[in-house]
Amino acid sequence: MFINSNNLSAFINDARVRNIGFQVLIIGALAFSVWWLMDNTLTNLENRGKSLGFGFLVQTAGFEISDTLGTWLFDYEVGVSSYTDIYFIGITNTLLIAVLGIVFASIIGFGVGIMRLSNNFVLKYFATVYVEIIRNVPLLLQLFFWYFAVLGVLPGARNQLEIWGGLGGLNITGLYLPAPIFQPGFGLVFLAFIASLIIAFVASRISKKKQDETGQGFNLLFIIPALIISITGVTYVIMGSPLDWTFPEFKNTGPIFKRGFQDDAGMVLVPEMLAVLLALTLYTAGFIAEIVRAGIIAVSHGQTEASYSLGLRPSITLRLIVIPQAMRIIIPPLTSQYLNLTKNSSLAVAIAYPELVSIFAGTALNQVGKEIEMIFMVMSTYLIISLITSFFMNWFNARVKIVER
Amino acid sequence: MKNITIAIVAIVAAAVGYFGGTSMNKEAPAPAATETETAAVEATLNAVKAKGFVQCGVSQGLPGFSNADDAGNWTGIDVDVCRGVAAAVFGDASKVKYTPLSSKQRFTALASGEIDMLSRNTTWTMTRDTQLGLNFAGVNYYDGQGFLVPTKLGVKSALEMDGANVCSQTGTTTELNVTDFFRENGMKFNLVAFEEADAVVAAYDSGRCDVYTTDRSGLAAQRTKLANPDAHMVLPEIISKEPLGPVVRQGDDQWFNIVRWTLNAMINAEEMGVTSANAKSMANDNNPAIKRLLGTEGTFGAELGLSNDWALNIISQVGNYGESYEAHVGPNTPLKLDRGVNALWSQGGILYAAPVR
Repeated sequence: MFINSNNLSAFINDARVRNIGFQVLIIGALAFSVWWLMDNTLTNLENRGKSLGFGFLVQTAGFEISDTLGTWLFDYEVGVSSYTDIYFIGITNTLLIAVLGIVFASIIGFGVGIMRLSNNFVLKYFATVYVEIIRNVPLLLQLFFWYFAVLGVLPGARNQLEIWGGLGGLNITGLYLPAPIFQPGFGLVFLAFIASLIIAFVASRISKKKQDETGQGFNLLFIIPALIISITGVTYVIMGSPLDWTFPEFKNTGPIFKRGFQDDAGMVLVPEMLAVLLALTLYTAGFIAEIVRAGIIAVSHGQTEASYSLGLRPSITLRLIVIPQAMRIIIPPLTSQYLNLTKNSSLAVAIAYPELVSIFAGTALNQVGKEIEMIFMVMSTYLIISLITSFFMNWFNARVKIVER
Repeated sequence: MKNITIAIVAIVAAAVGYFGGTSMNKEAPAPAATETETAAVEATLNAVKAKGFVQCGVSQGLPGFSNADDAGNWTGIDVDVCRGVAAAVFGDASKVKYTPLSSKQRFTALASGEIDMLSRNTTWTMTRDTQLGLNFAGVNYYDGQGFLVPTKLGVKSALEMDGANVCSQTGTTTELNVTDFFRENGMKFNLVAFEEADAVVAAYDSGRCDVYTTDRSGLAAQRTKLANPDAHMVLPEIISKEPLGPVVRQGDDQWFNIVRWTLNAMINAEEMGVTSANAKSMANDNNPAIKRLLGTEGTFGAELGLSNDWALNIISQVGNYGESYEAHVGPNTPLKLDRGVNALWSQGGILYAAPVR
């Protein structure tokens, strides 16, 4: 008896047994929770006479969506397009905001972050005030501010603010710009453009190599634009200028609802999109500015002093000494901000921008009533977008981080 | 060491108990299908009685239908249905708690059991009745979708709206109806759909849209929120049938009956001339129909699982349908809605409730 219990306690106290035991327990509990959740869901759905299934994706959708990149890309037509199209239109509009937002927020964020460290009194305090206001006001309020307070006071639908002498126009229904019409042969021009970019890239590598070896490089500032413009331009002329433009058309006569900017001329950026983009960009830029400032301060001041004693100018010091070292500190939190921006784009539902949550998990969900399937699809979509962003940023981080030798 | 051993044993024991326990729970409803049904039948009424109030889903603020005042008191004809049910169940119309819901949340909230009933200007359609696991208990307002436009545009008919920017709320049948209307008439339009009704009003007021579309009752209610309500007009066209009514979960016939007959009692009371003021005295009227309604004859309340004075409580505390209408949406309220089709069948409308007998 005594020996037995001793054996048992020895068995239980064995680190390996305990290790495995806890893992089995945790996995068991997890598997049970998942099973219980699913079983519970299925039972309750059955009790309410509802079924699971993705058959709704091929049904046609019967409601209008406002003109955006997504509806243009997928040729949305009521009564013809399916709920699958709605899903992809939603994703397109979400990604559009995410990509543009990330680009603009990064540019503004880096600028403001560096301004906060400037010796120029005005720049420094302007940046500080910007960051403190933007970071401390809820995003949804900022969204309403841009949409209702700023864009809401633009001229009405039958008036306009002309821009560039009538090439474009702005009123409360949106920003109207010339739109390109691609003629046959434009594909080749595009290919030429890509080719010129590749040639420019190769040229810059050769120049860098030459500079490393001899200290003498080419003057890339002129060579690269010259390369790109000449190659693309020559192809464009050879192909017979395969690019037309349609310009916004503003009418002051005719039936009242036909006045204002015409549907079939130029392109429109709806105010909902402009407001979402403004709010998300400026909000996220405030956070990025702080991350950039923290990253730069974290680089030891000795580095700057050493650089100055070598006779490097402040701008070169910042570009070649400080920023590369700051990047490894900046990138991980920057990734979080990019993810936040993407997910925050779902707030756009409040001001009628037709992104994924608004049209798919909103309008379409109400028509079809498949909550579980549709919310699952939307959640998975955000997850995948976020994972791809993280993956790319991790790859980028691995490239810029300090290589331990 | 000993302590850790005991802890592990305890965890394992707890886990076994948990597994065992749930497997028992799972088997309990399995034996006979009829038993599960009887269990579901009385579920809502018993749950409501046990917690002591009716949890009622309402709108986030639609004057005349369900709207909260500065003190947080809810009023409106939709709210009166909730209060009527509370009066029928508890004999006290104040035993209601309200959950403001967006049009997107409403069915999920009801299906998940978060609320006991939904009385939130909700259109009765076949899809909703058959595919969402819900039942509509009747119609408390016959509505139709219309258009609100600024008077200064000089538009007289919805057929002149080719090319218009139209604002609406997401998650409603309005988006579908307005799209159908424009397609049917070969007109183009641009739809701007917001999640919150207040955002639609703000966007329309700022001129983002030329037209605001929703149910005509909603237009009348939202117009009161505009900067200058008199500068806007509702166009004559009605482009859809929107019978609005209270909704309950499917599969609980008793609760369904209580909600349906609360509404029927209010309509019948108006037809018989029973009002909140005279209900108590009319309980002893000579008319047998009134006696049956007010519980002095027969056992109609008991058949619903309620006390016999269920309808007396509804009418004396909440009022009959006509009183509720006049108080919240009628010509003397800011909404200024005529009875129209919502008058009793005997007065040129289509309001017709099955008799109590």
